[in-house]
Amino acid sequence: MDTVKSSVTFDIRTKPSGKIKITNWNKSKVVMTGTLLVLTLLSMYGFLTFDYKEINLIQATLDTLANLKLMFLQANLNNFTLAEAIYQIGLTVGLAFLATIIGAVISLFIALFAAKNLSPKPLANTIIIFIAFIRAVPTVLWVFIFAIAAGLGSEAAILGMLLHTVAFLVKAFAESIEELDAGVIEALRASGANWWHVVTNAVIPSTMTSLLSWTFLRFETNFTVAVAMGAVAGAGGIGFELFMASGFYFDMKEVGFITYAILLIAVMLEFMSTRLKKRYIVKS
Amino acid sequence: MKIDVYRKKKRQFTIFALIVLCMTFISAKLTNFSFVQGISSVPEAFRWMGSNLLITRESFEKMPSILDKLIETIFLSITATTTASIIALLLALLGSQTTKVNGFFSTLSRFIASVFRNIPIVAWALILLLSFGQNALTGYFALFLATLGFLTRVFTETIDETSNSSVEALQSTGANYYQVVSKAVLPECSPQMISWILFMVETNIRSSTLVGILTGTGIGFAFDLYYKSMNYNVVSLITLSIVVVVISIELISNYIRRVIL
Repeated sequence: MDTVKSSVTFDIRTKPSGKIKITNWNKSKVVMTGTLLVLTLLSMYGFLTFDYKEINLIQATLDTLANLKLMFLQANLNNFTLAEAIYQIGLTVGLAFLATIIGAVISLFIALFAAKNLSPKPLANTIIIFIAFIRAVPTVLWVFIFAIAAGLGSEAAILGMLLHTVAFLVKAFAESIEELDAGVIEALRASGANWWHVVTNAVIPSTMTSLLSWTFLRFETNFTVAVAMGAVAGAGGIGFELFMASGFYFDMKEVGFITYAILLIAVMLEFMSTRLKKRYIVKS
Repeated sequence: MKIDVYRKKKRQFTIFALIVLCMTFISAKLTNFSFVQGISSVPEAFRWMGSNLLITRESFEKMPSILDKLIETIFLSITATTTASIIALLLALLGSQTTKVNGFFSTLSRFIASVFRNIPIVAWALILLLSFGQNALTGYFALFLATLGFLTRVFTETIDETSNSSVEALQSTGANYYQVVSKAVLPECSPQMISWILFMVETNIRSSTLVGILTGTGIGFAFDLYYKSMNYNVVSLITLSIVVVVISIELISNYIRRVIL
């Protein structure tokens, strides 16, 4: 009896040692390995060239740990009252809220012109490049630049944060709008609807939830930014108190209290935005 | 019936809009923000930018020193990101539902990630500044800790989302923990993780400018110095150079993402 021979022959690539080759060096694998290698080399070079100024690393680390222990285990207020602390937190949240809400309204209008399915391509591309430029400048630099015209304070901080918020939200909004089914727009256009009809009857209702989620996501980021602006750019709020407590009073217990307060708000915001994101943005 | 649905939606929308308006009003009151002054200062700011933020020939003479600071900032953000990503990978392996060793370490890892992520980077910088002083290491550790929190979270999510079926397949062939991690989890998740690392390098360049202003290192320090001495031509040169660096890194990482994802 003849043995049945398999008609399919497998091309098994083997190493000289006889082992079967299982890694396939395609372009993606080469680029990944290259990226990791370059990053590793750059970090090693970075560590060798930093200006350490003869710091005593062990002593500094021990000091930091002692400070952290003081902060987190004996958090307390010394230079201002609890009511004032709550007021300062409210101030920071207020800064973030104003920058986010004004930014969201402006972004919605710009995003309509930046979405490629609603506006001509050259216009959309121009807006996208322009906002990429605005986004590349760190927020704190925008705040400083506005501070010269408006004076240090809430106006400069809000305008600077606003600019960055708009740059972020226009991109996110435009991408949400572009995900809209092309058939819906076509159907409306075929029935004689003009641009404005398309926007109010198709675009806004069907993207509303994801636009709101993106806005809330940005609110979460803006809270952190507002803390930073208080500390660096004198915009007031809890960030400024943090800066004073650590830089002027050297009061680690107060720094601890402020850190706890910021942490509490941030965790709350993150919890809410994660739920919104899971529900409306990530569609699985 | 149908009309009721519409009416209900309309009512919900009105209530939502009213709440937002109220909160806007309260926030404006609280922060002393006047809309009139805010809006009126915008054209003024842009006019000022147009006339003062010009890059002159003299400011170009400062270019070598700016470049020096800029390179320090770039290296700072890269080293902080890479070192944080190694620790974050270990924490994520402990924290993920697919690869966790036991419940205790999983909860611990998630707790660490949450705390480090939600304490703002300025707070870390200010705390570290007290004992490390004006040093490159202050910025390094501040960036490192914030990056660690963020990367641990996204790595954990990546492992949770991508590697379920292949882990199960390997486990059913009798592979042990290390084999599962090195042959299933890492190859499956590495494109996504590299993409997140690149994102963090980009973000950290912007954050390290902020940290630099506080800790007196890198390009942030240079910006602060020329800003306070009102040498706005150099300020605009510095801003422009940051923009060039951030956009180039964005373009490079977009290219890498297109290839690997």
